[in-house]
Amino acid sequence: MVDIIFILTPILLGYIFGSIAEKNHYKSIQEREKKFMRLPTISLKTPLNPDNITRSRLVVGNVVISVDYFKRVLAGLKNIFGGNVTSYETLVDRARREAILRLKEDAKGASEIINLKLETSSINKSAQGTIGSIEIFAYGTAIYRK
Amino acid sequence: MIITNIESIPNRKIVDHFGVVSGSTVRAKHVGRDLMAGLKNVFGGELKGYTELLSESREEAMDRMTAQAKSLGANAIVNVRFSTSSVAAGAAELYVYGTAVKIV
Repeated sequence: MVDIIFILTPILLGYIFGSIAEKNHYKSIQEREKKFMRLPTISLKTPLNPDNITRSRLVVGNVVISVDYFKRVLAGLKNIFGGNVTSYETLVDRARREAILRLKEDAKGASEIINLKLETSSINKSAQGTIGSIEIFAYGTAIYRK
Repeated sequence: MIITNIESIPNRKIVDHFGVVSGSTVRAKHVGRDLMAGLKNVFGGELKGYTELLSESREEAMDRMTAQAKSLGANAIVNVRFSTSSVAAGAAELYVYGTAVKIV
């Protein structure tokens, strides 16, 4: 009986807090994405109009995000049946969007960000080889115009 | 020192190349942060300690790259790339490299 409680408690806690955290995070991401709508971030290497550029500099943004226990268990089950692991998809999606938002916050006053690169690395690998937490690092060149 | 990750610096002319410059750091996290990360693994969410740690380490690596470029007499670095690799459990290497150039 005690064993079952020990197994179920982290799953339940993970489910409750994880889903609240994810909901809040998505809400804040959407709000901030609206705010930065006027700052285009593109993966082209050359600025579209090179005439009135005053300066350019490297801007970066990074985030380390962890999956909750409930989702980890869910993903473990998915490993048996195969198919899309939706719980990890949302994790990576959230992390990427957050990293790009931080990049944009770093580029205050810029007219655009070019050559956006995204790098993913999983840190803190657990023993079973599943991802514990991932880091997304975004970098690009901010272009300032007159 | 102007740093970009494109091949040129807009509206400036590259007059001299100094070759590749690079900087790297290997960082490990301390126990307190590890403990918090363990808790976060249950609840999910952002690991702020790690985010800070990694961005600080990247800055350190970039500082080393910039110092190297300065000692060569460059005033800009173009085509900067980052790479991350975990060398051991709990330690990560952050590597940054680019081409040192002189611009006018």
